[in-house]
Formats: sequence, C-alpha cells, structure tokens
Amino acid sequence: MIESVGRFIIATLEAVGGVLGLFVDTLYWIFVGPFRNKPPRLRPIFYQMVFAGVRSVLIVFFVAIFTGMVLAMQTAYQLEKMGAVIYVASLVAVSLCRELSPVLTALVVAGRVGSAISAELGSMKVTEQIEALETMAINPVRFLVVPRFIALFFMLPALTIVGDISGMLGGFFIGTTSLHLSPDLYIHTNFKYLALKDIYTGLTKAFVFAVIIALIACFEGLNTKGGAEGVGRATTRSVVISFVLIILADCLLTAIFYFSNV
Amino acid sequence: MDNSQREVIISLKNVTKVLGSVRVIDNVSFDIYKGDIFVIMGCSGSGKSTLLRLMTGILKPDEGNIFIHGRDITKISGKELDEIRRNFGMLFQYSALLDSLDVEENVALPLREHTKLDDHIIKIIVKLKLSLVGLKGFESYYPSEISGGMKKRAGLARAIALDPEIVFYDEPTSGLDPVVAGIIDKLIMDLSRKLLITSVVVTHDMQSVFRIADRVVMIHKGEVIQVGAPEEIRNSSNPYIQQFINGRPEGPIDFFKEDTSILEDLLK
Repeated sequence: MIESVGRFIIATLEAVGGVLGLFVDTLYWIFVGPFRNKPPRLRPIFYQMVFAGVRSVLIVFFVAIFTGMVLAMQTAYQLEKMGAVIYVASLVAVSLCRELSPVLTALVVAGRVGSAISAELGSMKVTEQIEALETMAINPVRFLVVPRFIALFFMLPALTIVGDISGMLGGFFIGTTSLHLSPDLYIHTNFKYLALKDIYTGLTKAFVFAVIIALIACFEGLNTKGGAEGVGRATTRSVVISFVLIILADCLLTAIFYFSNV
Repeated sequence: MDNSQREVIISLKNVTKVLGSVRVIDNVSFDIYKGDIFVIMGCSGSGKSTLLRLMTGILKPDEGNIFIHGRDITKISGKELDEIRRNFGMLFQYSALLDSLDVEENVALPLREHTKLDDHIIKIIVKLKLSLVGLKGFESYYPSEISGGMKKRAGLARAIALDPEIVFYDEPTSGLDPVVAGIIDKLIMDLSRKLLITSVVVTHDMQSVFRIADRVVMIHKGEVIQVGAPEEIRNSSNPYIQQFINGRPEGPIDFFKEDTSILEDLLK
C-alpha cells in the first residue's frame, strides 16, 4: 500500500518535472534559439494555427451559442421570480466572458486539438520518426513542439473571443424571442455591466489554458511507449490530464482574480 | 589487408549498457575503419540495434567509451553531439520518413535545417539523391503512398542528403523481396566504394553480409563472439557463428534453454 502510494508520488513528480523541462526547452527555442541561428519556421506555425484555430471555430461557435441560450433560460427562470428578467443580458455576458467561454473553449480544444497532437507525436515516436529527427541533429522540441505551442498560445484566446461573442448572441436570441425583451434594451444591458476586466481576465485564463494543453499534449506524445496501444493510451491521458488541469487552473485563477479584486 | 595502418573512424572501448536488469551490451570493444562496410550481425534481441543507438548517441552507455573521429561522444554536450551527428546518415528499419512530408520534403529536410542553400539548389540536390536511389519522379508522393522498398530507398536518399562520412543502416534488407534487397545492397556498396562513405550495417540477412561486408562482428547476448573479415567468419570454428550462418535450430544459441519442461510448468 505505502509502496504503491510512494511509487505513484514518484511517477507524478517525474511527470511534473518532465512537463516543466519541456516548458523550459520550448521557451528556450522560442526566445533564445533565434539568436543562435535557429529561428522557428513560420510555415509549420501557420499550418498549426489553421488546424488548431480556424478549423475549431465552428465547434466553438456551436458550443458557446447553445451555452449562451441555456444560460439565458436558466437565469430567466430565477430572475422572473424577482421581476428582474432584464438582468439576464448582463448575467449571460459577464459569466460567459469571465468563466464559461474560456473554460468551455479550452475543453473543446483539449479534446479536438490536444488529442490530435498527442496521437500524431505518439505515432511519430513509436515509428522512430522522433529518433530519426534526433540523428539528423534536428531538435524535436524546436521542430515539433514550438510550432504547436505558439499556434495554441495565440489561437485559444482568439477562439475564446469567438466563444464570448457567440455566447452573447445565443443569450440575445433567447432574450429577444422567448423573454420578449426589446433588442435595444438587451444590447444596452448586455454591455452596461460588462467591464473590460471581465474580458481580459477571461483571456488571461485562455493563455494559461493554451500553455497547459500544448505542454501536456506534446509531453504525452513525445513520451509514448509501446505501439498502437501506447498511442491510444497517450491520447487518453493527454485529454484527461488537460481537462483536470484546466479546471484546477481555472479555480486557482478565479480565486486570484477574486481576492485581488481584479 | 593490414588494419594497423588504417584510420579508425569509430572505436568502442569496453562499452556496457544495462536496460532494466539485463546487460544488453556487455563489455563490447571494436574498431571501425574509414571507408569500410562494417557489418554487425546477431540474432534478434542480441543487442545489435542497441549498439547502433549507442553509436549514434541516442542512448548513453553505462560504462565504457565510444570514440568518433577520436572524440568521446559519451562525454560531450548535446550541442557538440549534434555537430558530430551532422556527419551521420541513418537508415532506419522502417525508414522513419516523416508522414506529414512528401518524399522530396523528407529528403530536403536535413538540407533545409543545416544549410543555408537556396531552395532551387536544394531541389536539385534532392533530385540528384533521389535518382541515385532510383526514385526520380516520386518527389510528390507521401510515405503512405509508396511501398516498403521505396520507403527504404527514400530513407537512404535522406540519409545521404548531407554527404555524410558515416551511414548507419538498421536492417536495411529486412522485409524486402530478394531483388529489392539486392538493390539496397548494391546501393550500400556503391556509396561506400564511390563516395568513400563508412557504412555500419546491422543485419541478420546472411546473404547480404557476405555480399557487402569488409569486416564483420558477431554479437550474441550483448557480447562480441568474433570480429574479422567475412572469410574468417565463414571459416570460423566457433559453434555460435556456424550455427548462425547456417541457420541451424540446434546449437549453442538456444531459445528454449529453460531447464523445466512445459509439463513440469503446468503441474506446478
């Protein structure tokens, strides 16, 4: 019992160390590499941006718009009792920008993009392609991790903005149809209580989530062992660990923003 | 040939590698001379591929030293190792071409990464290397669209893209039909004779060994059984070597040497 707990703790610490090591390596190749004649290539970065960002727009749009609609209906149910239905607009807007849009977008991207990264790097690992890069003196972190990291780092906040807007659109749709609020009034209330800090705390979260998704997906991919089954295991682990860490980081960040009154 | 006069390019001194609790490589020493085709042969699981990974610096030995051009690659930084690796080419058992790039981009990859050549010059070099391995016209194919033999040849074109001094081959002929295997063997010989590339070949294809080798080492259970010219190996009285080159199931190399019989195991 104690032995297995100890083994679990050691394995966890090793993994944490591995992920942090990968983070340092990635930052090295982004910021120090260019001064050593090894700038990141732009083409793979754009390719990854299209894959991670542009191709995720539709699913983020749908997830957010329906969340906005559900949120509007659920809050209306409560606020109707107090005769304060008009505040549905601001409630939807604030809770989306601060909380729901960053988290839901991150979860969608972890499932769609993080899993794909793990599977791709994992199968490259088990078919010796990573080893081949090493023997060609091509650093796998610079060649494979950096473009994915940079792409996610910029695309996840961008997708979060898409989520913010689509969510508000969903709220607007419910507010003006089934809640019979006038469109002008809805839009006015929507932005009246939405402060800039609501948006940028949400976007700060998105940047942190992007780092989590990219690092976990790449770490699991690069440390895949044992054939096709190993690739499957790495993909599952990547998604599960990303999900847990995203929620955990969200809780921590919300606490920080709340107690520091940002 | 008198080997004492020749330039040693790779030298292993008492190299030991332990993986888990097994001594995969046990106190191995040998020299590889410049321009030779040096063949490492042995059964599956004898440690041949591990030996190759040690020489390319992917694995570090637990004991002993590996010298390449007189520099000990077990004691240098990653950056210095990368400098040495630029003189390496490696052909992997399953080619290890990058799936996301087509044949041309795969062969061009080392050139794009390590040289500042213009793109049209890189394209010319790639065409040259591909025609050397008989793959002209397949530039725009992806690895998933070509056969195993063609992948091997594309992998070989990639391995020699930077005109390396040393090329490592991990089972270059395994899984290929005899004709393609013969073509690969001929390519290895051509590269070695015409371009004076030193070749290190891991294989258990005996036909191929005696066709191409200048010198051979036989490895069994991580230990060197014998090093020598192909003739010496063929005429060796060592029972391991005789069993291996003749492919006899009985002999000192024994996969079934557990003392207990299956019946005893079942009754336990």
